[in-house]
Amino acid sequence: MEQNFDLPEIHTPENLVYTKTKVLTDNVMHYCPGCGHGTVHRLIAEVIDEMGIQDQVIGVAPVGCSVLAYNYFDIDMQEAAHGRAPALATGIKRVFPEKFVFTYQGDGDLAAIGTAETIHACNRGENITIIFINNGIYGMTGGQMAPTTLPGMPTSTSPYGRDVKMMGNPLKITELVAMLPGTYFVTRQAVHTPALVRKTKKAIRMAFENQKLNRGVSFVEIVSNCNSGWKLTPVQAIKWLEENMLPFYPLGDLKVNGEMVSK
Amino acid sequence: MAKVKGDVVIDIERCKGCEVCTTACPNEVLAMSTQVNSKGYRFVVKVNADCIGCANCAIVCPDGVITVYKSKV
Ligand SMILES: Cc1ncc(C[n+]2csc(CCOP(=O)(O)OP(=O)(O)O)c2C)c(N)n1
Ligand code: SF4
Ligand code: SF4
Ligand code: SF4
Repeated sequence: MEQNFDLPEIHTPENLVYTKTKVLTDNVMHYCPGCGHGTVHRLIAEVIDEMGIQDQVIGVAPVGCSVLAYNYFDIDMQEAAHGRAPALATGIKRVFPEKFVFTYQGDGDLAAIGTAETIHACNRGENITIIFINNGIYGMTGGQMAPTTLPGMPTSTSPYGRDVKMMGNPLKITELVAMLPGTYFVTRQAVHTPALVRKTKKAIRMAFENQKLNRGVSFVEIVSNCNSGWKLTPVQAIKWLEENMLPFYPLGDLKVNGEMVSK
Repeated sequence: MAKVKGDVVIDIERCKGCEVCTTACPNEVLAMSTQVNSKGYRFVVKVNADCIGCANCAIVCPDGVITVYKSKV
């Protein structure tokens, strides 16, 4: 038996520092152990909670591992066909301009099948928030190569690593949308350490607050892990992400208040 | 300086045993149990009384497993 280190005497409401927000349902998420999808869901829900907009927000779920996101957020949500979330969000926002509308999309959804919808919504400058989870792979379908897969990175469809001569170059779609006049805020974050989680939450908050200004798309990429697709334990995957994903997908703001951030 | 005491409450049935929280804790408070929950995951347990209530573990946990309390003593 393990030793008991509980301190029930300090478990009082005034001592409460952190607990799961009620904007997330009590359903246990189906994600693999350690998957960043859960962390990002939590941050979005916390931002909605802190802004007090639970009844004013409409989310659009993608196809991919997060296809069931609507089971976890206690808000209004709509499921989109694969890659079409920005088009659906465009329609929803135009019908309900006073609502906060966001999409939640993986890299296969946003940067492969949905590239056209992504680029055109960003170029038109729809007043929506796009949350983009980049794990460099198609998680849901068994770890196939995605447009975002790194050079040399093994996947189930590039078992010897992505050969860019044959399979083409990875697509940095976040850099691409930052160039478009319709984006107002474009940033790249990550959630594998406490400090990065705090930063990502601030970025998501700004991406939602921006909808009050009606200045265009706020786009938040989160470089995340797919432990199952990468065939690593969660702790190994975090290390792999730091050593391989971050040099290629550097963290930081690309565009703030409609202005490119000079590097 | 006032001393701070923290404590975490772990919802062991939600825990998936990913160990991400154990590496985020500055005081090595958390480790994996030798037991498993009803899903078959080894869950996280406290292994010392050094928690300072910093909430690092709770905010990196993908599954909202950990509740954190902090009090001055
Ligand atoms: C029209 C259509 N084409 C292909 C698929 C198969 N499919 C399902 S999810 C997916 C890719 C998901 O990858 P990603 O968006 O990166 O999300 P992840 O699962 O990694 O979170 C694909 C190709 C589909 N469901 N519908
Ligand atoms: S397959 Fe990958 S992206 Fe999907 S839940 Fe598992 S770890 Fe997350
Ligand atoms: S609150 Fe901080 S000190 Fe306490 S267990 Fe969590 S990470 Fe460790
Ligand atoms: S991070 Fe959460 S799910 Fe993972 S081991 Fe810790 S408490 Fe369990």
